[in-house]
Amino acid sequence: MSIFVDASTKVVVQGLSPTSQGLYHALRNRAYGTQVVAGTNPKRGGEVVGGIPVFASVAEAVAETGADASFIAVPPTAAPSAILEAAEAGVPFIVCITEFTPAQDEARVFATLRRYFPGSRLLGPNCPGIISAGACNIGITSGDIALAGGPVGLVSRSGTVFYQALYELTEKGVGQTTGVGIGGDPVPGTSFVDCLGAFEADPATKAVILIGEIGGNAEEEAAEFVAAEMTKPVVAYIAGVTAPPGRKMGHAGAIVSGSKGTAAAKMAALSRAGVTVARNPTEAAEAMVEIVRELT
Amino acid sequence: MDLYEYQGKQYIARFGVPVSPGEVADTVDDAVAAAERLGFPVAIKAQVQVGGRGKAGGVKLAADRAEAETHARSILGLDIKGHVVRRLWLEQAAHIAKEHYASFTLDRSAKLHLCMLSTKGGVEIEQVAEEDPGAIARRHVDPLDGFSEADGLALAAEAGIEESERQGVADILASLYRCYVEGDADLVEVNPLVVTAAGTVLALDAKVTLDDSAGFRHPEWAEWANLDELDHRERLAREKGLQYVGLDGYVGIIANGAGLAMSTCDVVEQVGGKPANFLDIGGGASAEVMANALEVISTDEKVRSIFVNIFGGITRGEEVANGIVQALDRVEIHAPIVVRIDGTNAVEGRAILAAHESERLVSLPTMIEAARAATELAGGAPR
Repeated sequence: MSIFVDASTKVVVQGLSPTSQGLYHALRNRAYGTQVVAGTNPKRGGEVVGGIPVFASVAEAVAETGADASFIAVPPTAAPSAILEAAEAGVPFIVCITEFTPAQDEARVFATLRRYFPGSRLLGPNCPGIISAGACNIGITSGDIALAGGPVGLVSRSGTVFYQALYELTEKGVGQTTGVGIGGDPVPGTSFVDCLGAFEADPATKAVILIGEIGGNAEEEAAEFVAAEMTKPVVAYIAGVTAPPGRKMGHAGAIVSGSKGTAAAKMAALSRAGVTVARNPTEAAEAMVEIVRELT
Repeated sequence: MDLYEYQGKQYIARFGVPVSPGEVADTVDDAVAAAERLGFPVAIKAQVQVGGRGKAGGVKLAADRAEAETHARSILGLDIKGHVVRRLWLEQAAHIAKEHYASFTLDRSAKLHLCMLSTKGGVEIEQVAEEDPGAIARRHVDPLDGFSEADGLALAAEAGIEESERQGVADILASLYRCYVEGDADLVEVNPLVVTAAGTVLALDAKVTLDDSAGFRHPEWAEWANLDELDHRERLAREKGLQYVGLDGYVGIIANGAGLAMSTCDVVEQVGGKPANFLDIGGGASAEVMANALEVISTDEKVRSIFVNIFGGITRGEEVANGIVQALDRVEIHAPIVVRIDGTNAVEGRAILAAHESERLVSLPTMIEAARAATELAGGAPR
């Protein structure tokens, strides 16, 4: 079992061409066992690129192949329209790894999905993607760092610390259900709380690792959710414990979030919610090994 | 990118927000000449990106030429919380009757824009939020609906702004919202938003943070890229397109991804070392980028060892390893390098490093082991 994607998920890769980043990762995703059923490119409809049939539009790809997830690895100037094209075509799960999408575009795209396409979930932008171990990998995660067979769910704001945590679990023989990289942008399509809720509802997931980082207040919201809604144990690590305060968001930002955004504040909030808080990714994995041992 | 007050004002003025006429001056002579052109009384304001400049003596009112000269001389070169004043903004002094506060920014929780308006302007708004939260009127803005004049009038009423001033405030809010959205700002804040004795509403200060990701559609921002606030290490990194923050320690840090770079600093500190910097080479970093990163770190004389921590996703292990090897030939690197590579093509990367292993280049399998080795090579005592 897993959340959001599984072995039956069929993926369409948007903006596919022989030289695109998307092709490199799509082929790796396919080699992992993911059903990569289609690509799109308005100039290459009817072609086959890397063994993947290409359609002129997402709507066409969905109609022809039954794709129910999309993978977007296009430049930031093209990402917003690509996300909306997938939503308009009725794709229920959209993964966008694109970095440096303007915040105003993200806010507008998210508002559009919320109002007009509530059936479409966006993961990202600026995220590593999602991997349901042994079943489906969409994005840029190296498949060999995940271990199938559960029982741990993983959700992370940071990309590379996401890989690090997956890898540490795998090294220690602890399998995962699904790992979700939600990305660190100002308006992520999928939040910590969305993932925690899905993990809580997933019978195969018995415990969750949450990787946060300094800035914003997503971790504080996650802490509230854990305290109120979760029965499964949660381990957390916040990157940036020793980092100096970063660029401040001006004055209004601090008032809006009601949080100083520091690692210390986030760790305290999570700790109060009953979360086991680790000081680094290795410690987080070690704490999870203990929890899993007690569960079985 | 944070704009200086004068830049912020020029920016919001482009979208129709009224500001006092003013001029920039970098010398006492220029300041006096500008003051005479603008007419007295004139406000002389230090241009620094830090709050509390008024209290620090960075804002003065000059009634005549002699005062303008005295004040300009006292403010230029003034050190305000570590920021040395190199530039002044002079503007016609407004006859202030009232001071309000207005801003637009993103509420990450609600995933909506947020407008805040208060009659308690002219003081730090955090203080108002703490002491009298009811004094700040707030309204969420869905980007699909925008912020209309009617929204502004309603919010002005809610904030307790006098009826005669509401139209002026609403007009400014509508312009500020356009600046925030079309101008791709993360924050636009006017504090104070003043009402003059004559009843005119105008922006007396402006804090604008631009969204760097939107630079591609704003070529005009290039003139504002202010490198003078950065130290020499940060300036070189910026020129090379690297995300770098200078710290005070002696273990140079290079990692891919902001999270891993922070995590690497955390681990170095936890094993008893001191990070010299935060450096994120980003996703898909090529050999060229790695060589640039090592070059930037090598300009820091405090660095006694370098810890390269890479977990490959888009970034591929063999490219990183090649970059390190090329950099060793290209750049004078005085400190030993400890490398830890995992993830995409890690095996290939480690093989390349193994062929070049020496006392100057060590490859280790885990983050903690590498952090200890880097700390030890720097002369520290790892835990």
